[in-house]
Amino acid sequence: MSATEMKRRDFFKTGAALGGGLLLSLYVPEWVLADSVHEATPLTPSIPPFAPNAFVRIGTDNIVTVIVNKSEMGQGVYTSLPMLVAEELEADWSKVRYEPAPVDAAYNHPVFGIQMTGGSTSTASEWERFRQAGATARVMLIGAAAKNWKVDSASLRAENGYVINPASGARASFGSLAEVAATMTPPKDVPLKDPKDFKLIGKPTRRLDTPDKVNGAAQFGLDIAIPGMMTVLVARAPVFGGKVLNFNADKAKAVPGVKNVVQIPSGVAVIAKGFWPAKQGRDKLEISWDDGPNAALSTTGMREQYATLAKTPGLVARKVGDPTKALAGATKTITAEYEMPYLAHAAMEPLNCVVDLRSDRCEIWTGTQFQTGDRAAAAAAAGLKPEQVTIHTPLLGGGFGRRANPASDFVIEAVQVAKAAKAPVKVVWTREDDTRGGWYRPMWSDRFTGGIDEKGNPVVWAHTIVGQSIIAGTPFEGFLIKDGIDGTSVEGAADLLYGIPNLQVDLHTPKIGVPVLWWRSVGHSHNGFAVEAFFDELAHAGGKDPYELRRTLLADQPRMRAVLELAAQKGDWGKRLPAGRGRGIATHFSFSSYVAQVAEVSVDKQGAVRVHRMVCAVDCGRVVNPDTVKAQMEGGINFGLTAALKSEITLDRGRVQQRNFHDYQMLRINEAPEIEVYIVPSTEKPTGVGEPSVPPVAPAVANAIFAASGKRIRKLPILKVDLRG
Amino acid sequence: MVNLKVNGKQINVDVDPDTPLLWVLRETLALTGTKYGCGMALCGACTVHLNGEAIRSCVKRVADAAGKEITTIEGLALNLSHPLQKAWIEVDVPQCGYCQSGQIMSAAVLLSENPAPTDNDIDEAMTGNICRCGTYSRIRQAIHRAAEMKRSTT
Ligand code: FES
Ligand code: FES
Repeated sequence: MSATEMKRRDFFKTGAALGGGLLLSLYVPEWVLADSVHEATPLTPSIPPFAPNAFVRIGTDNIVTVIVNKSEMGQGVYTSLPMLVAEELEADWSKVRYEPAPVDAAYNHPVFGIQMTGGSTSTASEWERFRQAGATARVMLIGAAAKNWKVDSASLRAENGYVINPASGARASFGSLAEVAATMTPPKDVPLKDPKDFKLIGKPTRRLDTPDKVNGAAQFGLDIAIPGMMTVLVARAPVFGGKVLNFNADKAKAVPGVKNVVQIPSGVAVIAKGFWPAKQGRDKLEISWDDGPNAALSTTGMREQYATLAKTPGLVARKVGDPTKALAGATKTITAEYEMPYLAHAAMEPLNCVVDLRSDRCEIWTGTQFQTGDRAAAAAAAGLKPEQVTIHTPLLGGGFGRRANPASDFVIEAVQVAKAAKAPVKVVWTREDDTRGGWYRPMWSDRFTGGIDEKGNPVVWAHTIVGQSIIAGTPFEGFLIKDGIDGTSVEGAADLLYGIPNLQVDLHTPKIGVPVLWWRSVGHSHNGFAVEAFFDELAHAGGKDPYELRRTLLADQPRMRAVLELAAQKGDWGKRLPAGRGRGIATHFSFSSYVAQVAEVSVDKQGAVRVHRMVCAVDCGRVVNPDTVKAQMEGGINFGLTAALKSEITLDRGRVQQRNFHDYQMLRINEAPEIEVYIVPSTEKPTGVGEPSVPPVAPAVANAIFAASGKRIRKLPILKVDLRG
Repeated sequence: MVNLKVNGKQINVDVDPDTPLLWVLRETLALTGTKYGCGMALCGACTVHLNGEAIRSCVKRVADAAGKEITTIEGLALNLSHPLQKAWIEVDVPQCGYCQSGQIMSAAVLLSENPAPTDNDIDEAMTGNICRCGTYSRIRQAIHRAAEMKRSTT
């Protein structure tokens, strides 16, 4: 056994005692140890003696480690969840650290029953449990001090990392009490603080993960290296559902550094000593494919099919009043069709997965949002039991839903590669692979008919939605699809907040061979645009100010009405703008949060659109870290702008036509608007933050373009629409 | 063998001279702070300094970097002491963080050439760096802040 291997084993032992998780930062390749241009991470974590529950550990060095069961993909959970613990623990915040949780039932999502990160639920779902974890630990530390000092624990209190006896002035640090605290019985249901006593929750708090993200130390999945690891690129079918007919790997195998080429269910895997030889080898593969049943798919063909479907009513998701009768009696009727494309998640870190498969166990390192599902899928692929599979979750270089795939595509494939390679492997997706790899936000067509009465008020709202189901065929089918209607296809549409007396929302769910998935804000990502843009049309058709009409029709939605008013006021709604500029407004309720946005946009004679300013008001209940909420609103707005202005995935002859950032474009800094975020103070329970700022972006911008140019945007992305004067 | 000077140290690496510098840094030298995002000079995640210039290491042959001063994010400064790192922490720029090494390396060259960049200067220097998490307004704010810190210490 080499020295490195020896060390690695020891680290792993220590790691196991620590409950896993952090291990990877402990392995440093031999070269680095020998000749260090790299400042290696310290290799000696202390073993904390006090671990009162699955979420908190306190060491004799006073370090409080919070084990976080949510994947950190930029949304700040490695800070906001530790804040919940620290608040009740009365910890010294400067001593608080985070560590990713291993896969274990103890870390399951309290609502969904599996370990996963998604649905903008991290803070909302852990709001009680993490505070309870901190409170329990605090009571035990106080108990330990009471035992040491032989006083009644009721006479003691905890503050800033110490237990204090106000009567005697005695103080003991949490670290000094850790060993005794570990012998105490954990109390049940400790009463939590009155929110008015919060010291940390609600205060802008710097993220714990930032320092590592500005000096190169942060470890993402793609940064993982384990001894003996091979790098693998897979040549996948150019058409979804395609299969390898035969292949010739002679030229690929001749590339220095290529070790082997093997066929796996998803294609042909080139196993090499590093990314570059793997890439060279893959470029030299000669493969004939059976394109399978999707060989003729094209966006144009699908659009026609969708548009035809949209003209007939689908399965009714919600009906209020009598839309048909009311339409016959309406003073004015308008109809409009909306189109939205497939979208790739395009996380900055392309997909990747490291697998070390042995006869009796399998260890996986991957940036996943879906630990329980991936573990089960990996076990099945490896022929092991789930308990024999360990998943380590490093930082995710963005997720946006792509790393929460109920089909576990990139994990299963990596296990299959490891099986064939008979060596530890890292399967790397190039940007092209990631863009073309499917699991997109579905393509949508929407058709609206609106009716207006003689006063210009909307009295009928009929909305037909056409698009694939992201839930059909997944384990979530049972509770998310009811009577043939996928709830995620109609969310943000069927639950329209505006008081319109006659309403119908119906759905067609065509079956298409393009794999689809949730994408930041899920169904809201398309319904937000369609609903709020058509609402604007309806307001104008009735001669109403789109802000005032929203306000009127939100009379019994006080929280939404409040964010709408705030956004309008801060966004200077109604104030004059120079010619060629316009403002648009939109609201959207998603993930139990209320958001309103005002966009300020200019359109020049050549039809070039520029978004100058986005003003956002949000009510997401009680806020844990206001700066994170702000950051998520800012980020979500830029994410929404990319989709509104630029991106689209299209197919021709079954092939995805985009490859990389030149043809699947992202918003860049020179196009990023000024963003202002206003948070409505609230004492309600915390609600979603990561996604709700995305849906109102496209409609606010589209409505602003109408105000600026008189042209309606009914199709995304906007840059594909001709807006020349 | 290619002789490289990375973060002030001389190293011989035994790699195909056509290998992009990015993969030599990440895989051979385990300097994983430099990221892969596109491999086509489109995103800036792989930005490092070559003789003080910001370059995209994903399209730079390692042989062409031989004998030149290469600086990666790991070698930018000791203990987070660079004004950009301080400003990035103060403003809490990163979300997922994946693009941020590249952002900081691009910004570092901007600041070394222009002690008081305007918003337009920033746009020009930083347009090649994509942030999918959309941290652009904070990047701008942090560059201004770092410029301020740098000016007040010199
Ligand atoms: S990885 Fe080099 S510019 Fe994108
Ligand atoms: S912080 Fe995630 S890509 Fe920039």
